[in-house]
Amino acid sequence: MAKIVSQQVYSENKQVEVIMEESPEIVPDSIFKKFFLEVASLTIFTLRFFKEVIKPPYEINELMKQSFLIGYKSLPLVAITGFIIGLVLTIQSRPTLAKFGSESLLPAMVAVSIIREIGPVITALIFAGKVGSGIGAELASMNVTEQIDAMQVSDNNPFKYLVVTRILSATFMLPLLVIFADGVGLMGSFVGVNIKGNVSAYLFFSQIFQSLEFGDLFPAVIKTFFFGFAIGLIATYKGYYSNKGTEGVGKAANSAVVLGSLMVFIIDMIAVQVTSVLQN
Amino acid sequence: MTQNATDIDLKAETDYKPNGNVVIKMEHLKKSFGNNHVLRDINLVINKGENLAILGQSGTGKSVLIKCIVGLVEIDDGKLLIYGKNISELKDKELIETQKKVGFLFQSGALYDSMTVRENLEFPLRKQLSSIPKEELESIVKEALHDVGLDEAIDKTPSELSGGMRKRLGLARTLILKPEIMLYDEPTTGLDPITSKEISNLILEVQKKYNTTSVIITHDIECTRLTANRIIVLKEGVCAAEGTFAELEKSADPWIRSFFE
Repeated sequence: MAKIVSQQVYSENKQVEVIMEESPEIVPDSIFKKFFLEVASLTIFTLRFFKEVIKPPYEINELMKQSFLIGYKSLPLVAITGFIIGLVLTIQSRPTLAKFGSESLLPAMVAVSIIREIGPVITALIFAGKVGSGIGAELASMNVTEQIDAMQVSDNNPFKYLVVTRILSATFMLPLLVIFADGVGLMGSFVGVNIKGNVSAYLFFSQIFQSLEFGDLFPAVIKTFFFGFAIGLIATYKGYYSNKGTEGVGKAANSAVVLGSLMVFIIDMIAVQVTSVLQN
Repeated sequence: MTQNATDIDLKAETDYKPNGNVVIKMEHLKKSFGNNHVLRDINLVINKGENLAILGQSGTGKSVLIKCIVGLVEIDDGKLLIYGKNISELKDKELIETQKKVGFLFQSGALYDSMTVRENLEFPLRKQLSSIPKEELESIVKEALHDVGLDEAIDKTPSELSGGMRKRLGLARTLILKPEIMLYDEPTTGLDPITSKEISNLILEVQKKYNTTSVIITHDIECTRLTANRIIVLKEGVCAAEGTFAELEKSADPWIRSFFE
């Protein structure tokens, strides 16, 4: 016999209950049910973002503040990571290329690798770890301490102030960070090339620019907008609708990183397929 | 206003007579969370200028009730009228206008940790900031802080404040929007008896100065005695008893009396 069960999903800022009939024959596992309810809730959240983002008033000051915190404050971490990636990739690739007598292709190979794939993906993963967890934990702790409710009852729109600004900042700051990381990565590669050789900066960068095409750079930058959007969306969603209690804060931060990182790989896989179809 | 709050020792008017000017009306109000039927059938009328205390055991839906009033929780069934308007039927704009008249003091204070005391007070006024001259904004903030006796705390952060000061700041932030109805969610929980008395007196001072209608959720019987004109006791999602402090204190029902012992 079917029994009635209910599940909390979220619409606007209010808890809304979805009552549905559960039949063991139709829904064999509650994991599926939870998954689809989560997808429904995330879809409502995403649609609300697009509704709020175009509706005035615009939170320009908060957007600037978040862009500073999300973008500028991430520069040192992204720079160090980018430099190390460029350096290590160069050092690791040299012996293989040397076997084929193609050491001269080292700058071009590293540049294409960094700009097409490694720069965007590694920077996005670092971004998901630093920014995603930060947003998830911040919003979840605001939720636990009723600060989000307080904003709502004081005639402010917490969704617009907290969610829209953070998603927009993440979407627009990540591409800039990726371009910066790519540049620093190439500097790291230059250092790596010169550990066992003597290549001038002019020659190194000439080889890089000769080997790169518009088709290498453009899709790589475009996909980072989607990476940033996905990381911001998941982090704000997990934080905004976290469970009450300190445990909820930890879970929100954790799932923001895990799901954000997973989304980076999924989007990357789709982007590679789309790019290869468009280029053929 | 609260410099000598403990010395003032205000007390609610126990001979308060309803003026027939209904501010909030609930008819057969129901709210459930899954199979947990928190509010089963609430019928309640709150008059203008009244201080109503709501007592009840933990989990009986006291906080849910006032969160329904302020719009943080959506009701399942029944009617909730604020100034005669059924909030379930209001459109967004009208709903916002009605909810603007309601202020809510959260149990924890719900202060914005990343902002200073000044920024906490300015935040509710963000929409009007462009139309308020800087000097006027400064005086509004200082007056709000003065009203709750926190003049010196203007540049501090919430983490530098004590529990009582956080409650006062939460109250100041709520009052800055000049609400006509004040909802207090356990205003004295976690405070020592002296600070609790200060907060209770502050509730009365606010009610007298701004002529607000107050709904106070509390477990603190001293706070109830000091602040309430009328008390209702919630039991299993319905109003189990209603009356003044003196009436309920002598109730024939031992369960009701146990709240006042």
